[in-house]
Amino acid sequence: MKTLFPLEVMQHFSTKTILTKTQLATRTRTFDTGRDNMDSGLSPQDKKDLDKFIKFFALKTVQVIVQARLGEKICTRSSSSPTGSDWFNLAIKDIPEVTHEAKRALAGQLPGIGRSMCVEISLKTSEGDSMELETWCLEMNEKCDKDIKVSYTVYNRLSVLLKSLLAITRVTPAYKLSRKQGHDYVILYRIYFGEVQLSGLGEGFQTVRVGVVGTPVGTVTLSCAYRTNLAFMSNRQFERSAPIMGIIVDHFVDPPYSSHRPANMGQPCNYRPPDEEDGGAFVGVQDSQEVCTTSFSTSPPSQLYASRLSYQPPAAAGPAELCHPAANPNQMMHGGKEGGVVLVPAHPVHGADAHLTVEHPPITPGSIGDDDSLSHSGDGRRDEGRRSASPSDPVEALNAFTRKIGAFVNKPSTQITAASLDLPFAAFAPRGLDSEENDPMVQPPDSPPCPSPLQASLHSQGSEGSGPQDDFVMVDFRPAFSKDDLLPMDLGTFYREFQNPPQLASLSLHISSQSMADDLDSLPEKLAVYEKNIDEFDAFVDMLQ
Amino acid sequence: MNCRSEVLEVTVEARQVEEAMLALLHTILLHRSTGKFHYKKEGTYSIGTVGTLDIDCDFIDFTFVRVSSEELDRVIRKAVSEFKDALSNSGSDGMGQISLEFYQKKKSRWPFSDECIPWEVWSIKVNVVNLANEQERQICREKVGEKLGEKVINVVEVINRHEYLPKMPTQSEVDNVFDTSLKDVQPYLYKITFQITDSLGTSVSTTMRRLIKDTLAL
Repeated sequence: MKTLFPLEVMQHFSTKTILTKTQLATRTRTFDTGRDNMDSGLSPQDKKDLDKFIKFFALKTVQVIVQARLGEKICTRSSSSPTGSDWFNLAIKDIPEVTHEAKRALAGQLPGIGRSMCVEISLKTSEGDSMELETWCLEMNEKCDKDIKVSYTVYNRLSVLLKSLLAITRVTPAYKLSRKQGHDYVILYRIYFGEVQLSGLGEGFQTVRVGVVGTPVGTVTLSCAYRTNLAFMSNRQFERSAPIMGIIVDHFVDPPYSSHRPANMGQPCNYRPPDEEDGGAFVGVQDSQEVCTTSFSTSPPSQLYASRLSYQPPAAAGPAELCHPAANPNQMMHGGKEGGVVLVPAHPVHGADAHLTVEHPPITPGSIGDDDSLSHSGDGRRDEGRRSASPSDPVEALNAFTRKIGAFVNKPSTQITAASLDLPFAAFAPRGLDSEENDPMVQPPDSPPCPSPLQASLHSQGSEGSGPQDDFVMVDFRPAFSKDDLLPMDLGTFYREFQNPPQLASLSLHISSQSMADDLDSLPEKLAVYEKNIDEFDAFVDMLQ
Repeated sequence: MNCRSEVLEVTVEARQVEEAMLALLHTILLHRSTGKFHYKKEGTYSIGTVGTLDIDCDFIDFTFVRVSSEELDRVIRKAVSEFKDALSNSGSDGMGQISLEFYQKKKSRWPFSDECIPWEVWSIKVNVVNLANEQERQICREKVGEKLGEKVINVVEVINRHEYLPKMPTQSEVDNVFDTSLKDVQPYLYKITFQITDSLGTSVSTTMRRLIKDTLAL
């Protein structure tokens, strides 16, 4: 059977057969319910095309949603010449595991009335608690639009709907969460087909409708129901990542992204088997229509994760809107443990991550390298689109002060020292803790030798205290004479001590009065001596003149 | 034919004006751009592929999607930056409006020039506020991010009503419907205009000039 690619579809477009609105209105409308009835108005070719459009629309919808929750910015290129493989004229990459999972969920069926395709996005913390964040539903209802042209209008409207999906996936709250996944939590996805289940979203969930497209067999509806009540999450997760002073520190650190490298291709994706299946070991499936030469193998059961999408090292700031419900330390993580979905550790993990073969078509270039990304603590894994990891440390450290100490918090607050903070300008932090051995003021640099503290203070530049990267030298304030080896003290102490010196002996009163009496007694004797030697004194004076 | 008109209102800080406008204008243009048309014989055509790009805002907690076309981005950025400059230089209390208008050209006989018939107009009203301290600015970052999210949902809602769109043109007519000057994407013909309202709320000369020009063009 010939597979119909979009290019061939496009070539059937003819501007002459486009109906104007008035021409459409004059046709008689017939209403039909459900696709199973005989559609007399729809030609077999149109029916085939429509089925194909809906199938690929469903697959592309899943790709857009999952890629939007991978935690990285997506970038694809426009191409003015059609390549024939870009459905709906949009450059949306196909992650093979995601396509595979979607096809497995669909199992050859198409979304129809009562059979919706749903993508569930949930969050799983490093402690193992999980919570559903949103559910995207692709549904079909009975309202048919018989007069619409399948190969033209429906196709273009589906394309617009996909663009709307691209825009809306960046707007729901889970987007910000997914951009910050990594250390504390990861984002998982699950695809299922059938009845929509929204009970896991908690109370007060909101719904946003992405759009609708009428077709001759029903109306395609795409919507998202997202959780608004995040109070059951442990406050540990979000307080640890609260911003310093409310400013999102990492926002100016742009990951170096290259428009040539497809975003996140080939990143290992594990997935959680749907609840209704018994989830055995995953077997690779060959699809005759798609070029899909992946092979799978199982990984050790210690790899707990299902559907863990790629992540980045932790960013400094957490979503601000989540801090509000989590601010109350009494709202702890009980809900998650009771009602959350617990992963079955024994399930062998879908090993598509580890062994994607390179002969897959160029849509997924072989950047599948990171086998070790399955490990739980992901600190060692760096990706191209990463953020700087350093902000997380000062945030964690500083938050030790601001964290509300609740009864269940078992992490001790860390002792903050200037040395442990990886702050900018840490070199200018007060150096009271530094030992004196390293102080260039006490131990002046080698050339030239400086015996006195005064000269040492003039020699501050160029010492080992200033690193090559410093424009400024940290100079300790050591005033002259305030410090010497015999009497080590600082200026304040010196001043205080020498503020009250003892009286000079000659100025003290009772001693002076005593000496005055003695002087008066000895005065006549002195006068007699001087008169005897008067000639000598005269000779002396003559000599001076 | 009636022109569809939509109004979006945002309240932002001065440094957020540029990104907020870019976010909304690019979101609209994403939906109103197609790939390049390649006409073949027998009146058929094929359409190129449109890529997309995520853009993080620096001053707003928001990420938006735009088409992957540097040329289009340059044009929009230039218009937004003119608007921003006019807004800051106007000395008014910071209210202005930027409009994105999609139109069709209708060829008229000589000596009349071509008519531009708008079929969709998006007006984004901007109200600039000044904030006193960092705390307020942080709150503003988040709030404006949420508001922009709501506006994106509004835009998507309007577009998905699938109301009037110009019919696909023949090769000779394509320049009356689409802007074919870019080499990688093809948006519908559009123009961006703006006006700054002074403190009395009345609009200044740009609107008057346009009105007069339109009247004379008839």
